[in-house]
Amino acid sequence: MANKVIHGIFDDDDVLLKGVKEIRERGISIDEVYTPFPVHGLDHALGLARTRISIAAFFYGIMGTMLASLMMYYMMIADWPQNIGGKPSFSFLQNMPSFVPIMFEVTVLCASHLMAITFLIRCGLFPGAKAQNPDPRTTDDKFLVEINSDGNDEAVRQALMDAGAVEVNEQELA
Amino acid sequence: MHYESPIREPLIVGDKSYGDISREIAAPIEGKANRSWWIVFSISLVAFLWGVGCILYTIGEGIGVWGLNKTVGWAWDITNFVWWVGIGHAGTLISAVLLLFRQKWRMSINRSSEAMTIFAVVQAALFPGIHMGRIWLAYFVFPIPNQFGSLWVNFNSPLLWDVFAISTYFSVSLVFWYIGLIPDFAMIRDRAIRPAAKRIYGILSFGWGGKAKHWQRFEEVSLVLAGLATPLVLSVHTIVSFDFATSVIPGWHTTIFPPYFVAGAIFSGFAMVQTLLIIMRKVLNYEHYITIKHIEYMNIIIMLTGSIVGIAYITELFIAWYSGVEYESYAFLNRATGPYWWAYWSMMTCNVISPQLMWSKKLRTNIVFTFFLSIVVNIGMWFERFVIIVTSLHRDYLPSSWTMFEPTFVDVGIFVGTIGFFFVLFLLYSRTFPVIAQAELKTILKSSGSEHKKLHHHGE
Repeated sequence: MANKVIHGIFDDDDVLLKGVKEIRERGISIDEVYTPFPVHGLDHALGLARTRISIAAFFYGIMGTMLASLMMYYMMIADWPQNIGGKPSFSFLQNMPSFVPIMFEVTVLCASHLMAITFLIRCGLFPGAKAQNPDPRTTDDKFLVEINSDGNDEAVRQALMDAGAVEVNEQELA
Repeated sequence: MHYESPIREPLIVGDKSYGDISREIAAPIEGKANRSWWIVFSISLVAFLWGVGCILYTIGEGIGVWGLNKTVGWAWDITNFVWWVGIGHAGTLISAVLLLFRQKWRMSINRSSEAMTIFAVVQAALFPGIHMGRIWLAYFVFPIPNQFGSLWVNFNSPLLWDVFAISTYFSVSLVFWYIGLIPDFAMIRDRAIRPAAKRIYGILSFGWGGKAKHWQRFEEVSLVLAGLATPLVLSVHTIVSFDFATSVIPGWHTTIFPPYFVAGAIFSGFAMVQTLLIIMRKVLNYEHYITIKHIEYMNIIIMLTGSIVGIAYITELFIAWYSGVEYESYAFLNRATGPYWWAYWSMMTCNVISPQLMWSKKLRTNIVFTFFLSIVVNIGMWFERFVIIVTSLHRDYLPSSWTMFEPTFVDVGIFVGTIGFFFVLFLLYSRTFPVIAQAELKTILKSSGSEHKKLHHHGE
């Protein structure tokens, strides 16, 4: 009985954005908001920290550049130097202009793939995962605010209704 | 608050709600294919199967069954390769470059153009593969140790750069496309009634639920992928042009090639997007999402890139004369007045003259004309690659080896086969995938939807 999740359903993104701010002002903490599309400013309103995924992508990219350089240094200079059209096969630095295109390609390859994989892992997305949204309408045109009531159901219900929710449901936590 | 100047034309026409967008984007997936879909699909499938037959014949007999000879070692195969890669470029341009420039009109066309990119790159990648002759040794292009000791690939060669460029381009485009598809698959999953559809779209949607934090990451990932894909798309056709520019063939050995090829690629790609979307918006009733304004914007890009291509052609001619190199001068004189004059002048007409018609507002907002012109442009761009490749090769340094190229039925068959394959993929896509990025589209409904714009204009 103590632990219930209360779902407030909204049908407009502007109302939702205003509502989220109002609910938080009342000192009620929102656990999750499910929206059918990215609502701009919602992360601010919820007080979410900025995502660091682009920083990760930068390091993945650097890793790719180094990987490509190392590969070409080993294959063309260290392991089996060949005279190809008189190009300086004895020095990585002098032969480097020919290596720039592949250094760039591998940088992009590593940055984008590893970033995408990081994104999927951090969000718990994988083929066959159970749908994360509690109500199927949240991928269509409804916005759902999820609050863990901690006993004071009525206050939470009232806050949601005041904020403009069109429907309030509750779900017992197992 | 969303606001956009009332002078800007709406990008979504009609009184739509978020629910309407979901329903209309899901409609072709939930509905049944009509007769004309089956007819076009069958024709494409037959063309594809014919192509498969010709490829198998080539692999069985060797590439001697093509029209290639000792002088002209590259012809239809590489022409088709460059043509298909070029077509692919518009998709990335729309989804990545227009995202960086915050162009909202990309949203109803980016999904299908990215699909076009991926399907076009599949066709493109086929050609260098079978052109190798012994396709079962194709793994030799990858830097892996082999049975002959450590004989590595040559990283000084533009042909190897191309292997890396095309494979990176293909896989990054696929990732970019798929990340964008995840929320839309989730929408289809949550609407699905049939258990099989629910299961399939459940697997495809990776369990997406639209949490606030996930959307925040999603937007960041899209932005960074766009930032990565933008230099990538420019690099890909630059590297394709290096295949030619770093050789010592008159007509190929020019420094203008990279920007000229990139402009040409975007030019032909947008033409193909027009061809596909003009039909798709009609068949799937998406005139409210892909409006005349979208078509006009794309026509303006066709006009711009067509003009860049035109300037490149004229610069090439001028430099051939101005350089004083007699081989170079001859190569260009031969293109315009030699035995392949018809190919050269078809290219000039289709690519330089025809896009200039788009200066007329009446023509560039006319759907029938746009459709016709998009096909003209694609024919012109095919001829461009043919002219560059075949006319430069067929008269080499030694007059005794001068020759002509004649395609065999196998050359034609494989080309027609790739067109069939492309349409087979696109037609299947149009019935099973959300062809408009509906989640993104919903974000601009309030700022760019026609009814909302009216409310803003009169209300506040």
